Amino acid sequence: MVDRVVTGAHYGLRDWLVQRITAVVIALYSLFMAGWLLLHPGPNYDMWTALFSSNVVRSFSLLFLFAVFLHAWIGVRDIVMDYIKSAGLRLAIYVAVILALILYAIWSVQILWGF
Amino acid sequence: MNNKRPKHLALHLIRFPLPAIVSILHRVSGVLLFLCLPLLLWSLQYSLRSIETFTLLNWMFQHPASKLFLLLMLWAFLHHFCAGIRYLAIDLDCGVKLAQARASSKWVLALSLTLTALIGARLW
Repeated sequence: MVDRVVTGAHYGLRDWLVQRITAVVIALYSLFMAGWLLLHPGPNYDMWTALFSSNVVRSFSLLFLFAVFLHAWIGVRDIVMDYIKSAGLRLAIYVAVILALILYAIWSVQILWGF
Repeated sequence: MNNKRPKHLALHLIRFPLPAIVSILHRVSGVLLFLCLPLLLWSLQYSLRSIETFTLLNWMFQHPASKLFLLLMLWAFLHHFCAGIRYLAIDLDCGVKLAQARASSKWVLALSLTLTALIGARLW
């Protein structure tokens, strides 16, 4: 019988691909934001909220944030996998990171649609 | 030739190749960015919520300590961004040869530091 640990690595290719797709989304949004800030240096409150009141920008922002959370999960998991030897501690960190990221996701929706 | 045994790994004498430094900094900057996610969300919330919180946030960003911190995070983002583009290129079989990989890692280090300096100088 194979002795598997819940914190082991058996998700290979899918996560490798997800990490790259989310990276591209993050890069595109970052370039969009950088471009907007170059065109509108030092925006005031009205310009800033006008930008985020567009549903396209809101959705793109949420897509960006979700991509960041997924990307962060895979990245942090890989780093923890490499350096934390104890399976118990690894699991504890995974649970904490996942819960934090889910909370961030809920918070993101509240921020973008709640102002 | 020096064949003295036993050989010890003198950690302070071991020199990492440049691509290894870029790689470890990719991890370090990634962890930094992850840890700052709540700050990013909080800032976004304050920047959007009301004119008062927007002004408060602006005022907080003026503090020298927070400027220094933002500069560090700007570097972390730019390094992670540039190194990430490099990895995507390598995945597409661009720049896989050793000489190219060394050259591109030099570019990543230089470009992210230069951009941090430029954007930092412009913001202050």
